[in-house]
Amino acid sequence: MDRAQTAERIAGIIEPFNKKGVSITEATTFAGDLEWDSLTVMDFVAAIEDEFDIIISMNQQAEIETYGQLIDAVTKLQA
Amino acid sequence: MTEGTDLFSKFDPLIEQRRALLATGMEDPFGLVMERVISPTVAMCNGRETILLGTYNYMGMTFDPDVIEAGKQALDDFGSGTTGSRVLNGTYAGHKAVEQALCDFYAMDHAMVFSTGYQANLGIISTIAGKGDYIVLDIDSHASIWDGCKLGDAEVVPFRHNDIEAMGKRLKRIPEGAGKLVILEGVYSMLGDIAPLKEMIAVAKAHGAMVLVDEAHSMGFIGPNGRGVAEEQGVLDQVDFVIGTFSKSVGTVGGFCVSNHPKFEIMRLVCRPYVFTASLPPSVVATAATSVRKLMHAGNKRAHLWENSKVLHKGLRDAGFQLGTAEPQSAIISVIMPDLERGAAMWEALLHEGLYVNLARPPATPAGMTLLRCSLCAEHSAEQVKTIIGMFTRAGKAVGSI
Repeated sequence: MDRAQTAERIAGIIEPFNKKGVSITEATTFAGDLEWDSLTVMDFVAAIEDEFDIIISMNQQAEIETYGQLIDAVTKLQA
Repeated sequence: MTEGTDLFSKFDPLIEQRRALLATGMEDPFGLVMERVISPTVAMCNGRETILLGTYNYMGMTFDPDVIEAGKQALDDFGSGTTGSRVLNGTYAGHKAVEQALCDFYAMDHAMVFSTGYQANLGIISTIAGKGDYIVLDIDSHASIWDGCKLGDAEVVPFRHNDIEAMGKRLKRIPEGAGKLVILEGVYSMLGDIAPLKEMIAVAKAHGAMVLVDEAHSMGFIGPNGRGVAEEQGVLDQVDFVIGTFSKSVGTVGGFCVSNHPKFEIMRLVCRPYVFTASLPPSVVATAATSVRKLMHAGNKRAHLWENSKVLHKGLRDAGFQLGTAEPQSAIISVIMPDLERGAAMWEALLHEGLYVNLARPPATPAGMTLLRCSLCAEHSAEQVKTIIGMFTRAGKAVGSI
């Protein structure tokens, strides 16, 4: 799956988690812009993991601050 | 000279939150001083005689005459401290004796004693799960477990609390050949709920993972021999490492790991939080060994503690409080408060009634909850439990939380 297809599927998954209705761009940050707590992060990561059948460990999550970085990471993890 | 960044500025929000709370004139929930301890269940706190309902002193061993006597004798015979590491000059006869007591208590081959329970988790987890290994753990794990994960540099993969399916999915996706450690707790101390260890350990083993269970809040109390939730559910033989503590049911301080792993003894040389710290004082290991051996024959106390837990749970539920579990599952009964302000107000009202409970708040609590956490003791009398329910009811009405 290429980056564009991956981005499209992630966009579908993030929808119900974006309770504040923030307009999401590649530069949107999870902690700053979306203000997610640790439990929301875990549930969202689990949803992504289940969708793509991958593992994103907390060590990898620490490197992912923006929405764009998440798309990059998921694209790479499927390779 | 340039003005540097104050490294303390990151604590400003917390400093402000505390200032605002204390400015209302309330007593500091995190600054309680016990001036005199009268028994495992009563102390003088901030000048008031207070029933203790937040000590984890589940089996009331802190004032057991045999335990006290053993400590005094060890002070006389071995002095006040070891001034050394377990692997150098810090192993006395008492350290070997308490490790033997643990082997006997759990019917396991190996026991290793650390200076605190925190260090036991920190040491064992960071040493056995290193770079390239995977740790799969419950999101509600204790801080010492998280810190052990961080120190060891393994890949850390959390799953939703007590969710067997979520745990299985994560285990399934771990790359072939990687080392796997599943970390669970018997009793989760914030809400006092237990884990479905039987099902979870079966899934972990099916995926070839080693299993570590922290039984800090169940030792001495849960299971036919007080060995914990894994024993209660009949799967203790499937657990590779049991972590425990002396600072709850045992009634002193220290931590340990027991295991049947044939190579376990090498841990004494490779586990840094074991090697690079001073060992427990002789009086502490003497009190611990005596207490652990007495806990092997504490069936009556266990039964009374269960009774206390059931009565308090029912009493608080009937009074209208929202509790952490629908039924009592351990010696912890957690009262859920709507927010920190009302939690702190209720905590203070209880203290004025003469009752001490733990005020627990994020990040220690799951899902940002504020909790009034009650831990019962086998030495609480039925009369005291009745008094406690009355205190809760009056305080709850006074602050409008019921």
